[in-house]
Amino acid sequence: MAEKTGIEVSIAAADAIGMTNVDVVAAYPITPQTHIVEHLADLVASGELDAEYIPVESEHSAMSVCCGSSAAGARTFTCTSSQGLALMNEIVFLAASMSLPIVMMLANRSLSGPLSIWNDHSDVMSIRDSGCIQMFAENGQEVFDNTFFCFKVAENKKVSLPVILNMDGFSLSHMIEPIEYWTQEMVDGYLPDFEPVHRLHPDKPVTMGALGMPDVFTEAKKLQNETLLESKSVILDAWKEMGEVCGREYHPVETYKMDDAKVAFLSMGSMGEVVSLAVDELREKGEAVGQLKLRLWRPFPFEELAEAVKGLDQIIVLDRAISFGGPGGPVASEIRNALYHQDNMPFVTNYVCSLAGRDITANDFIKIYEESSNASEEMLKRNDYTIYGVRE
Amino acid sequence: MANIKSEPGWKDLEPGFVISEPGTSREYKTGDWRSERPVVNKDQCIKCGVCYIFCPDMAIVKGPDNYFEADLYYCKGCGICAAECFTGCITMIAEEE
Repeated sequence: MAEKTGIEVSIAAADAIGMTNVDVVAAYPITPQTHIVEHLADLVASGELDAEYIPVESEHSAMSVCCGSSAAGARTFTCTSSQGLALMNEIVFLAASMSLPIVMMLANRSLSGPLSIWNDHSDVMSIRDSGCIQMFAENGQEVFDNTFFCFKVAENKKVSLPVILNMDGFSLSHMIEPIEYWTQEMVDGYLPDFEPVHRLHPDKPVTMGALGMPDVFTEAKKLQNETLLESKSVILDAWKEMGEVCGREYHPVETYKMDDAKVAFLSMGSMGEVVSLAVDELREKGEAVGQLKLRLWRPFPFEELAEAVKGLDQIIVLDRAISFGGPGGPVASEIRNALYHQDNMPFVTNYVCSLAGRDITANDFIKIYEESSNASEEMLKRNDYTIYGVRE
Repeated sequence: MANIKSEPGWKDLEPGFVISEPGTSREYKTGDWRSERPVVNKDQCIKCGVCYIFCPDMAIVKGPDNYFEADLYYCKGCGICAAECFTGCITMIAEEE
């Protein structure tokens, strides 16, 4: 195993993509973008990576090119953020519905306006129902490791779906972190060559993106849903195998200090590391508090969540996006839904926090913990969600 | 989906709703969309084939007697053939008649 290197997460991510021997990278290289595509462009230009790098004129075109290259049987990657994702929105849905195993990294940033470039999860929530597999990384090492995982799952013939690796913009994408690189032999052993289920080739013509009349559209959607649900077994196997390769095994719901916990924080992405600091401090004070990190967002890990929340009285869900006029944060709304039929369902408290990169510290989470554990049940029920730290 | 099957179940579909056999659009009956059908008056027809050229669905075929007529399996009844016909020999007749 190689030593840890201090490197910007985006550069490490690009190196990882290079190590997958990707065939096509299509991206719009201007804001909102990261060093991921910039470094990939360097790798291709210097001849280190034998790939087609296509600098398109918009993200809509980026995902369109990806659909074409993936359909032709090429290992395909793209990357975007916030407004870029919003612009490619319609094609993301098409990629999933056509079962094209594209890998996309999202350096999560808020959707404007007000005009913003900072980190939250409002961008990815806009494609929540696109049919892509979606996961969140907490730190640079997780981004690096899961790059190989994403291709492995996407290209598995039982799955053949786009996979989105979410990493927090700036607070992860632009940070320098200690990252342990895999060797090329490890990557080659873990990630098989891409062999598509169907490909556009004159030797065996097929139609992709055909018209689906009302008499067959419902069946097409049912197939898409079943494929996404069934991808979970492939996901679990791929993470297990990764544990054997690099010693780090990932799970759909990660747990931290959950033994005998009565209250648990639940979050997605890099904020989890800060929450862990708060949990450490609260544990030292003797509080029965633990932490859940939702790593797999789609397919939603219902069984793993139900198992992880056993014995809890309360879950404090930390959302980094808001559903205007709705039930608060999108994560809390799904947690409530997922646990609705469970006996002794824990009470779900929801805090929408750290929007567009507003700093949030361990002390804030301690405050949130104290606020929600001191609140009366009646108060909690009246207040479905709180926008944390908002000034009157 | 190897072939267009009437009312396929979701398990009959190929991943990504791919149509894995070429040329299956020929099996697709578009004739049942039609509310009017073209009827040719062969006494007036000069066999020029302008209807054949203009038919957007290539649903007009040349018969053994060299007259052009619509294949009602595909004809959607758009009426372009009748509008383009030089001699006015094509009349659109409502399907219920």
